[in-house]
Amino acid sequence: MSEIPKDLSYAKTHEWIANDGDGTVTIGITEYAQGSLGDLVFVELPEAGTKVSAGDAVAVVESVKAASDIYAPIDGEIVEINEDLDESPERVNEDPFGQGWLFKMAVNNADDLDGLLDAAAYSEIVDAEES
Amino acid sequence: MPFIPHTDHDIQQMLAAIGADSIDALFCEIDPSLRDVDISAVPERASEQAITRLMHDRASQDAPGLCFIGAGAYEHHIPAAVWEITTRGEFYSAYTPYQPEASQGTLQVVYEYQSMMTGLTGMDVANASLYDGASALAEAVLMAVRANRKSKSARILMPASVHPFYREVAYNICKNQQITFEAIGYDETTGLIDREALSAWVDEDITALVIPQPNFFGAIEDVDALTDWAQNNGALAIGVVNPLSLALLKAPGQWGHGEGADIVVGEGQPLGAPMAGGGPYFGILCCRKKHVRQMPGRVVGKTTDMEGRKGYVLTLQPREQHIRRSKATSNICTNQGLLVTAATIHMSLLGNTGLHNVAATCAATTRDLVTRLTAIAGVEKVFDSAYFHECALRLPVAAEGVLARLAERDIFGGLDLSRFYAGTENVILVCATETKTDADLAAFAEALADVLADETEAA
Repeated sequence: MSEIPKDLSYAKTHEWIANDGDGTVTIGITEYAQGSLGDLVFVELPEAGTKVSAGDAVAVVESVKAASDIYAPIDGEIVEINEDLDESPERVNEDPFGQGWLFKMAVNNADDLDGLLDAAAYSEIVDAEES
Repeated sequence: MPFIPHTDHDIQQMLAAIGADSIDALFCEIDPSLRDVDISAVPERASEQAITRLMHDRASQDAPGLCFIGAGAYEHHIPAAVWEITTRGEFYSAYTPYQPEASQGTLQVVYEYQSMMTGLTGMDVANASLYDGASALAEAVLMAVRANRKSKSARILMPASVHPFYREVAYNICKNQQITFEAIGYDETTGLIDREALSAWVDEDITALVIPQPNFFGAIEDVDALTDWAQNNGALAIGVVNPLSLALLKAPGQWGHGEGADIVVGEGQPLGAPMAGGGPYFGILCCRKKHVRQMPGRVVGKTTDMEGRKGYVLTLQPREQHIRRSKATSNICTNQGLLVTAATIHMSLLGNTGLHNVAATCAATTRDLVTRLTAIAGVEKVFDSAYFHECALRLPVAAEGVLARLAERDIFGGLDLSRFYAGTENVILVCATETKTDADLAAFAEALADVLADETEAA
């Protein structure tokens, strides 16, 4: 059973979303997602300043066995990317909820955050996929 | 599985499964005007014997002659061993097998090819080849648009001194992908990219500048300044090179004062492929490591297996077609495995020194030819730039008629440049590779003098 921190929000495509409290959110992939992908060898991140809509494919994580798109969970603008991942994509495997964060977004509408999954709802999705 | 065509019974079964009454009903979505193609000009079938006779008759119409036309395809001596080895059963295949468990030899050849190309271009990575030089340029343009994420314009500066066919192919492949091409003229004195025309684009959002070296006129561009110009203006530098010339000229990886060209493409034909009705040839594409994820086509890598033995495999698969097909870097990433095999053997047989000698001999022979031809009254060089193994010459009369007269004497005396460039009715583009002897050059000069004497007399 993989770790699913209670204080984060989630998307059903396995991104986690942390509310930074200043109108921005930090986004990464979950423990379960990194485990399913296997060792990451490359992370392609968007340019800061890019305006995105919920559901847009904005990043790519590539492992030794697969490549997956990462989707913007809400509308907003990319404000910062985790440049360390360029050299060290393995951070996502080692510390998916910490140093392995992918990018930060400025949120267009704070109410959108309410539409995201909580830990319990995301846990059900993981259980369903694992079974 | 039997490799036989479908029987009527098979076809009926498949149609029934699909739920269509007939083949016509299956294809009813296709506009009838597209389906009723007139093929009345295609003759009835003929026997193998008749076809063989016909082909021999047609082939004999290709008169042997002295070819002084380059313009993208070059006559070089190909050691007999090249195609003897290439056409061995181990290599000779309609489809390149890539399964590492079955194809270590094939994969190693491609790996060696890639290593040779990176050596020649000074770039970090080479792919396993593309169709030809022209489509490689189109792929480089698409790649630049993906790789240059700071640029939002998808605007490519395309000099007129790039091969006209390459420009056409690049437009055709890219024009419906929201990519715009801006033409940059050439300087009529030097034949080089017009730097003033380029200056007009300073401060604009440019995705990439295409830099031909040597350019279509054979002239040597100031690649250092052009590469710096591109990169200082936020654009990627795409080099279009003749691989043979790199045995003499500065490698694109060293162009400019930064880290060199971003992407380099070229036509591989001068490396072991005969001139044959325009193909098959192969396209070279190399890039800096930072752009490798955007590079189209296949890449073979060296690795070790679980027992620590050396092995070769296709690498970087996700950026190609196997894993993320919907986001593949290219939809045309078939390569030219057989031509690459020939090129690898060709370069192996020549070695560094041999390749350098061929390039140097081409350059020297062309200079000799230019000296002989410009000694004829009224014949002069069009441009004052340094050149590799091609040179534009102005004749006192229109080129078309002169070339036709020369062809009657079995001399293919160059390309009529006015087919591609306005105001060049009297200009021919000539090339003399290492295949041309002193006697050949003398024969050409003598024939040209004769023809020009006749033509000017007639005029």
